[in-house]
Amino acid sequence: MNPTDRKYSRDHEWAKDEDDDTILVGITDYAQEHLGDIVFLELPRVGATLNQTEKLGEVESVKSVSDLFSPVSGEIVAVNQVVVDSPEMVNEDPYEQGWLIRVKPSQPAEMDGLMTAADYESFLESLD
Amino acid sequence: MTQQHESSLIQEESATLKQTALFQAHVSLGAQMVPFAGWEMPIQYEGILAEARAVRSAVGIFDVSHMGRVEITGSDAAQFIHRLVTADVLNMPFGRARYAFICNEAGGIIDDTIVYRLEQERFLLVPNAANADEVLAWLNLWKDRWATQVELRVLTYETALIALQGPQAEEILQAVCSVDLSAVRPFRCVEGQISGIPGIICRTGYTGENGFEIILPDEAASSIWLDFNERGATPCGLGARDVLRLEAGLLLHGSDIDSSVTPLEAGMERYVNWEQGEFIGLSALQESKRTGLSRTLVGFRLLERGVPRHGYTILNGQGPIGNVTSGTYSPTLDMGIGLGYVALEFSSPGTSIALDIRGRRVEAEVVTIPFYSRKR
Repeated sequence: MNPTDRKYSRDHEWAKDEDDDTILVGITDYAQEHLGDIVFLELPRVGATLNQTEKLGEVESVKSVSDLFSPVSGEIVAVNQVVVDSPEMVNEDPYEQGWLIRVKPSQPAEMDGLMTAADYESFLESLD
Repeated sequence: MTQQHESSLIQEESATLKQTALFQAHVSLGAQMVPFAGWEMPIQYEGILAEARAVRSAVGIFDVSHMGRVEITGSDAAQFIHRLVTADVLNMPFGRARYAFICNEAGGIIDDTIVYRLEQERFLLVPNAANADEVLAWLNLWKDRWATQVELRVLTYETALIALQGPQAEEILQAVCSVDLSAVRPFRCVEGQISGIPGIICRTGYTGENGFEIILPDEAASSIWLDFNERGATPCGLGARDVLRLEAGLLLHGSDIDSSVTPLEAGMERYVNWEQGEFIGLSALQESKRTGLSRTLVGFRLLERGVPRHGYTILNGQGPIGNVTSGTYSPTLDMGIGLGYVALEFSSPGTSIALDIRGRRVEAEVVTIPFYSRKR
């Protein structure tokens, strides 16, 4: 089950509004399961700015390499060093310890355009 | 997240795929099935890295029934195979297995295979799945051309081929096997019973670990597979198999070698027997040895984080010098490793090279193959 406290993109990223007006970004359980063992993440530097749907980095699993796209626009204020050092954390805990970046949003309203957990689950069903 | 570069393992759409005798067992054990060389095969169960680690530390089982199995019998069988492969078959005692190349007249590699001599006049050839039809056609072509007294029989569709690989492979197999396995040394093969079922037992493999490959009748395969699993063997898919074979420096036909390269370019001259007399491709290989190589297959390791993949460009300071043919993240070494062809001048171990990984320059170094050797 995907947590209901956040929103989801069609690129299988999640975005979670935090109390400090930042947004935490990661990949979904579906994404990590589909990728298999993740061995390498390339993430942006703190201070970089991204537009919504812009490429934010790459995730390499044993099987494949995929682009990551930002679900929201804004400035990167933190990068999760835990997943850079231990990429398998994204497989183990994609929604909590396996977050990727923290963004200070420039267009907070973009969150309204993302899918709810229920919408995302319907979207996943349409893929199968 | 959008997938950019799917592993070369995933090749085709699921149109009319063949299934091995173990198909239901794979599904019941939760395998992810993918199309591979015309077959529906497990790419992974629990996860590629966990399966690879299980083989290095304990024992894994692999369904490799998609590979070809051609039995060659008759009074001319030894002479026939001898003239078609780079290994000495005539002087091979029975009960032995040898790795060899099947070359075309230009010395290009049609396939790499293991030749098993089960009896004086009975052999088994195990070609790669993707080449099984081509190899069979090649055998039939020369059988007719030479009017040779041999009989070819395809066992692929009536037998299963299971590999047990890892430090505990012998213990697991011995528990159900009628043959004293300590007497079956590496590259030996013998007929015997497994759980009372007659089969062929070979100490060969594709992982760099100690282990066996066994051939069983289709109808017995599933229960024996599940029994190995219950005895502690980890079911492994093609994903782990690819990681393990690459760590062990073993080549994959279709990726590292094909009919456009010779065994010499692939760095495999030790499997070419120059003294055995005429075989298909010999004169081309002799000519190539005389004139010298322009490129050769090398192993490399990445000095930074990243995963090399088939098709990436190999660079030096100035520009492109070759192409990656196989690459992976190595769980045993915790780094990116790969194989590729480079001009001869860049082939010495220690040479600094780099890879173009999707526009990113990643530093690497030529190293000796294998990347991993088990402790003996």
